[in-house]
Amino acid sequence: MKLYLKYFSIHLRSAMEYKSSFFMTVLGQFLMSFTGFLSVWFLMDRFHEVEGFTFSEILLCYSVVLLGSSIAECFFRGFDRFPQMIGNGEFDRILTRPRNEIFQVLASKMEFTRIGRFLQALLVICYAIPTSGVIWNAENILTLIFMILGAFGVFSALYILYACFSFFTIEGLEFMNIFTNGGQEFGQYPFSVYGKWILRFFTFVVPLALCQYYPLLALLGREGSVFYRILPLCSLLFFLPVLIFWKFGVKHYKSTGS
Amino acid sequence: MIAVKHVRKTFQVARRDAGFRAAVKTLLHKQYDTVEALKDISFTIDDGEMVGYIGPNGAGKSSTIKILSGILTPDSGECLVNEKTPWKERISHVAQIGVVFGQRSQLWWDVPVIDSFELIRDIYKTPEAVYRKNLDELTQMLQLSQILKTPTRQLSLGQRMRCEIAASLLHDPKVLFLDEPTIGLDAVSKIAVREFIKELNRKKGTTVILTTHDMQDIEALTSRILLIGKGQILLDGSLSQLKETYSDQKQLTVAYSGSAPALCPGMTVSSAQPGQLVLSVDPKVMSISKAISYLSEHAEITDLSVSGASTEEIVVQLYKEFRI
Repeated sequence: MKLYLKYFSIHLRSAMEYKSSFFMTVLGQFLMSFTGFLSVWFLMDRFHEVEGFTFSEILLCYSVVLLGSSIAECFFRGFDRFPQMIGNGEFDRILTRPRNEIFQVLASKMEFTRIGRFLQALLVICYAIPTSGVIWNAENILTLIFMILGAFGVFSALYILYACFSFFTIEGLEFMNIFTNGGQEFGQYPFSVYGKWILRFFTFVVPLALCQYYPLLALLGREGSVFYRILPLCSLLFFLPVLIFWKFGVKHYKSTGS
Repeated sequence: MIAVKHVRKTFQVARRDAGFRAAVKTLLHKQYDTVEALKDISFTIDDGEMVGYIGPNGAGKSSTIKILSGILTPDSGECLVNEKTPWKERISHVAQIGVVFGQRSQLWWDVPVIDSFELIRDIYKTPEAVYRKNLDELTQMLQLSQILKTPTRQLSLGQRMRCEIAASLLHDPKVLFLDEPTIGLDAVSKIAVREFIKELNRKKGTTVILTTHDMQDIEALTSRILLIGKGQILLDGSLSQLKETYSDQKQLTVAYSGSAPALCPGMTVSSAQPGQLVLSVDPKVMSISKAISYLSEHAEITDLSVSGASTEEIVVQLYKEFRI
């Protein structure tokens, strides 16, 4: 952890070498995800309710997913860049250092500009928390924290999964964006609004619904079971197959010429 | 001590004909060729040795280095570096080695070199005292004091390479792998790097394994050569031994005025400029003294020198002989 902070400071200093670029990108990020917010807002302005969820309730859901994904993007960006790392031999270097590879890839890049997105998510959640009509007792606060943590975990695992594929092929990784960007876009609304199949997909394949739809029901008092509240933690089990896949990938790592 | 036994490594290489149609075809059905990068490699290197690992492009040099440094897992075979198998005990293994890739940087691009060094110290968990001592030594030997505070991106290639080498030695490695350390460097930097490596080996007894295409590196640094070609070790011996067996040819550098001398059997031109000729003379056909007297009869010689074949030529000859 101490070492991670060292990396953190190096990246921060690197980012500060290009100050104006940094702030422009932060602003860009903020505006970009703001359009997502606007689309939810316009839609809800017209229909008031989607599948029984009100505007504030949907915003709660939206901000949880956005918070999780923006933190994951900020810290797990190294995995997004992983195909290039393999291409330019950076991963060779990582393997010659006496530390865990996942940790080093994780620390190799931090995308501070995602703070723009993060800030926006924070604003939205600050609006949604008082207006959603949820009674904020300790139980519910804990559930909300679990939800954000879970979303962060699932998106992080998705990034690692994305990186794993590049051990075997450098091309055609675009399809992974269905899960990462798709998860972000779909996650704006509770997954149930898209129908049974999408909900099932995001429950059993990419367990994003476990930290969004189900605990939301518990928050809103529509489901009483404690089980719904701890589901976000179960979503972290998603890491298990991903990490096994990663180990398998490292063993089959081919490196590049020269 | 490095012991490599029957190491084999193959790669799957995607194959495709040129053209759009072929591209579409590959989309549906990919064809792979299996390339044997390393067929059956065995050798041992003792502590404190300096070994030059040579071979043409694509012979398997880098693959071997990558296996020894824990980056690649071979298909079969055994390999022990300081009693550890690199790909099985990667973390404890790499803590004891240093690797310099001539074409790739290990320093962080946008921060001063010293920041990179400190991060490397933390990655390797080097004790502060050891780090201080090594840093002082390396700074002095590689003349880094002026450039430690410069961001890496603003360094010249020569400066950067000196920093790279320093960076891979901060943790006192027992073995140092150098993959083309002098590539692209100017003469002064090259000599500085070579001198330093020699010094390091002498002072600390660090085992050095060097791959290079620059034969002067080999000549200046290593006494032992491993020649690899087509994935096999073709030759393992000392440089002087090699020179004896593979080259009895002598080189004559002749400066002349007037017209160029005509050649006789046993002489071949290595290079020619107006007023100067470099000839290879095969002593089996014509003795050196005869060659000299022949030349002085046929041309107005102003200067003449005799030398043994250069390492470069020996290597070319070796490559030819082994058809690699």
